[in-house]
Amino acid sequence: MYGKGLYKGLVVTMKNLFRKPFTYQYPEERVPQHPRFRGEEFVWYEERCTGCASCAKYCPLGIIRIVTDPSGSAPQEGDKYKLEVFDIDIGRCMFCGLCVEACPYDALFMGSGFERGRYERKDLVITIDELRQAEKRPSTWFRPQLERGKYNPHEGKPLSWREAGREHWRWHEGEKAGARFRSTLTPTSGHPSPGGRGVGGEGDSGPGQEESR
Amino acid sequence: MSCALGPDSLLYSSVLFRHIYNGVGKVFPDQICWLDYFISGFIIMFILVNAVLLGAAIFVWAERRILGRFHNRLGPNRWGPFGLLQPIADLVKLLTKEDLIPREADKLAFTLVPIVMVMPLILMLAVVPFARNTFLADLNIGVLYIIAVTSVSTLGVFMAGWSSGNRYALFGAMRGVAMLISYEVPTVLALVGVVLAAGSMKMTDVVNAQTVPFILVQPLAIFIFLLGISAELNRTPFDLVEAESELIAGYHIEYSGTKFALIQAAEFGGVLAASAVMATLFLGGWSGPFLSGQLGALWFLLKVAFFAFLFIWIRATFPRLRVDQIMVFAWKFLFPLSLINLFAVAIEVYFLRNDTGPILSRGDLGVMIGVNLPLTVAAISLFGNAIKEKVRPPVRTAEVVTSGARLAPGALGSQRHVLERSEKEAG
Repeated sequence: MYGKGLYKGLVVTMKNLFRKPFTYQYPEERVPQHPRFRGEEFVWYEERCTGCASCAKYCPLGIIRIVTDPSGSAPQEGDKYKLEVFDIDIGRCMFCGLCVEACPYDALFMGSGFERGRYERKDLVITIDELRQAEKRPSTWFRPQLERGKYNPHEGKPLSWREAGREHWRWHEGEKAGARFRSTLTPTSGHPSPGGRGVGGEGDSGPGQEESR
Repeated sequence: MSCALGPDSLLYSSVLFRHIYNGVGKVFPDQICWLDYFISGFIIMFILVNAVLLGAAIFVWAERRILGRFHNRLGPNRWGPFGLLQPIADLVKLLTKEDLIPREADKLAFTLVPIVMVMPLILMLAVVPFARNTFLADLNIGVLYIIAVTSVSTLGVFMAGWSSGNRYALFGAMRGVAMLISYEVPTVLALVGVVLAAGSMKMTDVVNAQTVPFILVQPLAIFIFLLGISAELNRTPFDLVEAESELIAGYHIEYSGTKFALIQAAEFGGVLAASAVMATLFLGGWSGPFLSGQLGALWFLLKVAFFAFLFIWIRATFPRLRVDQIMVFAWKFLFPLSLINLFAVAIEVYFLRNDTGPILSRGDLGVMIGVNLPLTVAAISLFGNAIKEKVRPPVRTAEVVTSGARLAPGALGSQRHVLERSEKEAG
C-alpha cells in the first residue's frame, strides 16, 4: 500500500525517541578510554632511558629533540648517558607511536591525555622537566607486558620504572630459549625483542655530546 | 456612571474581555467609554502578544529537546534546569547582534517583513477560544478569518525574498510562494468540511458541535489540513523555502539581530498557532472529561501540545521533498482528496442534518465516522497508487545508456575532425 514507508519511518523515529541518548556530558563525565589509547601526555622513565635517541631517529616528523652528555661514570659498567634535553613538540605530533615502538628499553610510553590546548605554540612543547614530573600512567599501547598484567592506566596506580619494563612482567621469559618458535606466546613476540635494561645498557660509548633532532 | 458592557455588545460573551473592561472601568470612572475600550483592548493585546512569544520560546526549547531525543542526543541542557533558559539566552544573543540591512535591499519592505510575519499568528490566536467564554473575539466568520489571516504570511515570505536583494532569498521566496499558494487550496477545502459539519464558522460553535471530535468524523480533513498547514509553516517535509542544504537559509538569509529573532519567533509561534487551530477545529478545543469551565484551558493546552509534538515528530522523520514532487503532491493528491472529503461530508450532512437543536447529533456523527473512516483509507490508498508513478517516475537507465552510446562515436569523430582541421590550419 502507498504510504507504508512513511508509516515505517514514523515508527523508527518513535523507537529512537525512547532510546537512551549517547551523549557524554564532556567536562563532567568522560568517554571511557581504552587502555591502549595513544594520548599526548607521554610517560617517560628517566631511570630506564639510556639516551640512545632511538625515539628521535624513528620519529617521522623529527619533533623529538634529545641532548645527552656523558655521565662521567664508565659506560662499560652499565651506566648511561645523562639527558640534558628531551623535548617533544606535541603541536606537530601525529601520535603514530613510532617513538614508543622504537624504544628498546621501555622508557617511553604513550599517555592518555587529549586536553593540551594552549594559546601559544611554544607551550605545546613537552620539556624534560615536565616529563620528569608527570604522573606515570603509561598507556598499554605497544606494551604487551602491561596488557598481560591487565594494567589499566585509567584505574590502576601509577607505575614505577621497575614495574613498567618487560623484564618485570616476565613477558619475554621464553625468548632466550627460542620459545617463540613453539607458538606458545602472543603474536607480538614475533618482533625481535632485546632483553632487559641490563643487556642493552652495555652499549658503545658515544662521543662527548650528541645531539639528535 | 461607569461604563459597563451590555449584553447587546459584540464582546459581551468574552469573559476575558468583560472582566478586564469592568476592571478598567472602575479605575477610570468617567464618561469616556471609548478610552476604557482602548485601554482594555491594549491590555489584552499585551497579554496575548507576550503569551504568544513566551509560547514560541517554550516551543523552541521543547522542539530542540525532543528533536534531540529523536536523534539520540540530549538537546540544550546547560542553561537553567533542563536547559529551560536556552531560548532566553538565544534571544539575548540575537537582540545584541548588529541589525544589518544590505545595501541592495529595499529598505521599507525589508523592515516590514518581520512585522508581516509575526502579525498573522497573533491575529490567528485572536479568534481561538482557550476555554469556555475565554477568547478575544468570537467572530461569526472565525474560520474564514483564520484562512484569510494565515495567507498573509505568504506575502511576508515573498517580501523578504524580493527585498533582500539576494539570489538565494529570491529562489526561496519564488519556490515558497508557488508552494504556499498551491497548498492553500486543499487546506481551505479541508476546513470547509469542518464548517459544513459544524453548521457554523464561529469557533465556539465548532467546538460545541464536536460531541464527537472531528478528528474521527473527518480523518481525511485532518490529514489534509495537517499536511497543508505544515507546508504553509515551512515545516520540514515541505521546507523548500528555507532549504538549508540548497539555499542556505532561503528567504531570511539576509536577516540578522532583532528582525531575525522576530522571524524565528513567527515560525515557531506559527506552529503553536496552527496547533491551537487544529486543536479547536478537530479535537474539540477546551471540551474534555473531568475539567469544565475555565479549567478546560488545560485540555486545550494538552491538545495543542499533542499537535505540536506531531509536528516535531514529522520533522524528525521525513526528509525534504523535491519541488516538483511537492507540487504533484498538492495538486494530484491532496486536492482530489479534499474534494472527496468535501463532497462526502456535504452529502452526509444533507441527509443527516436536523432542523432543531445541533445540526448533527451524536448518533449522526457516529454514522459519519462509520462512512468516513473506510472512505479515508480507500481514498488515500487509491489516489496514492494513482500518483505513485507521477511522483517517482520509473528510472530509464537502459535507454539513456544506449542513446549515449549511439551518440558517443559521432561526437568523438566530430571532435577529432575539428582537431585535424585546426592542425591543418595551424601548419
